[in-house]
Amino acid sequence: MIKVENLTKTFGGKRAVDGISFSVQRGEVLGFLGPNGAGKSTTMRMITGFLPPSSGNITVGGFDIAENPIPAKKLIGYLPENAPAYTDMTVYGFLDFAAEIRGLRGDAKKAAISRAVELCFLNSVLHQNVDTLSKGYRHRTCFAQSIIHDPDILVLDEPTDGLDPNQKHEIRQLIRGMGEKKAIIFSTHILEEVDAVCTRAMIIDRGRVVANGTPLELRRKSEWAGAVSLRVGGMAAGAVQEKLNRLRSAKRIKTDASGAHVLVTVFPRTAGDGDLTREVIEATNGWQVEELRTEEGRLDEVFRSITMPDTAAKEAKS
Amino acid sequence: MNSFGTIKTIAKREMQAYFASPVAYVFIVIFLLLNGFFTFMVGGFFERGQASLAQPFFNWHPWFYLFLVPAVGMRLWADERRVGTLELLLTMPIAPWEAIVGKFIASWLFLGIALVLTFPIVITVNYLGSPDNGVIFTGYVGSWLMAGAYLAVSCITSAITRSQVVSFIISVVACLFLILAGFSPVINLLQGLTHNWQWLVDLITSFSVITHFEGFQKGVLDSRDVVFFLSVIGFSLFTTSVILRTHRTT
Repeated sequence: MIKVENLTKTFGGKRAVDGISFSVQRGEVLGFLGPNGAGKSTTMRMITGFLPPSSGNITVGGFDIAENPIPAKKLIGYLPENAPAYTDMTVYGFLDFAAEIRGLRGDAKKAAISRAVELCFLNSVLHQNVDTLSKGYRHRTCFAQSIIHDPDILVLDEPTDGLDPNQKHEIRQLIRGMGEKKAIIFSTHILEEVDAVCTRAMIIDRGRVVANGTPLELRRKSEWAGAVSLRVGGMAAGAVQEKLNRLRSAKRIKTDASGAHVLVTVFPRTAGDGDLTREVIEATNGWQVEELRTEEGRLDEVFRSITMPDTAAKEAKS
Repeated sequence: MNSFGTIKTIAKREMQAYFASPVAYVFIVIFLLLNGFFTFMVGGFFERGQASLAQPFFNWHPWFYLFLVPAVGMRLWADERRVGTLELLLTMPIAPWEAIVGKFIASWLFLGIALVLTFPIVITVNYLGSPDNGVIFTGYVGSWLMAGAYLAVSCITSAITRSQVVSFIISVVACLFLILAGFSPVINLLQGLTHNWQWLVDLITSFSVITHFEGFQKGVLDSRDVVFFLSVIGFSLFTTSVILRTHRTT
């Protein structure tokens, strides 16, 4: 549905987006991750036709956004960053305008508005002015605007920003539900969201794609993927370390004494083949093991090691 | 959806926005008060003893509009940029020119409504005497066209900046030029400065709204004057579209 090739955008000599390529199919929810200023919003603005690219091609549903913007834009629902909305209108008036400009009239318009209102839980503020709304409601009003024409493609720039945990949960479920039939791109700073919502995630840093895969694949890049953590009682840290060091699949061992226990983490040589867990269980036979678990890998650690390689490496050593 | 439908939708929203805030009512009340005061007190409507609106009423319009029209036009684009709704509007399936025209038409119609509400003055002059209502009608047409030209200039200044205040000030200055270029003291000064190069003076005065409004006041519907106002509007709206595009490419 969306195809981006070699997309570049320069702002006065500075490259905000630097040769990004990817595609999104129907049924996919693509999460955009990246530090502030990585080029996520700029990329989304180019996909939705707000900013013209400096070079590269974007096709949306087969239409080139630069050459054929109107049919392409018809397919897209867009929630810009900070969820702007006309402050001098009521929620209903705003949605009515959004529906009308999308070409909906009469009963179809009414049905579209009530569907969007229901999905975004806006019933209680329907006739309130937008500038009197709390941030969460304003956000959902703008979100309702983006789904009013039931678009095939949704581009959401930080859809859960500024919402409380319950609202976040609702919006995530909504996105995941819609993702089954649509092509969705959304950006976020919140890594749990990637697990909760995405079928695929892309990490962008300094205008480039630095990682692209399913959330599981990304986690596998972590040092923690397949690591075994255990809590052992009645033994000294040194002895534990010495014993576990002999394991064939262990790459590095970290121990921490806490009171009467030792907290141990054994990092694997190769992530996620399960050998390490088996070896650790065998080696600790007869020990007083109070807790043992295999880690799945940590997205935040992957994110940090990819986007800030120097700092992350320093921290790992210390 | 066709362009007409899109323009209508945008114009309708813009019109609602005017009347949703007190700005519209404040504007209309001030416009009517100014008109009443200047026509009857300063313009000497009664002292003249003429059943005509040309001098006491329409003469003031270029000066009223100088402050009032930029106040109407300043929010058109500046506010969209400030609030961020510009991004929303331009990612809708519409062409930018449709948005520009739709917003302009809404504001122009709004000015038209304010102008129509001065009708008690027309009733008064008809009650007191028997004026030539054709002349009054052309006066209204000219006044509305002139307001449109000011408004289109305000569109440009509004697209330049996020700040409504900056937009207001720049467009007052620009509109002041449109007036002064045809204001007789300024023409006299120009003639002195240019050693009576009549062609240059004529060129400058031909840009003035006053020169082109005079005909309408006298009841003359000259196509050249109509073309002047419409071309100022057309040129300004085109410039607005160029400015909006430039913002996005750089």
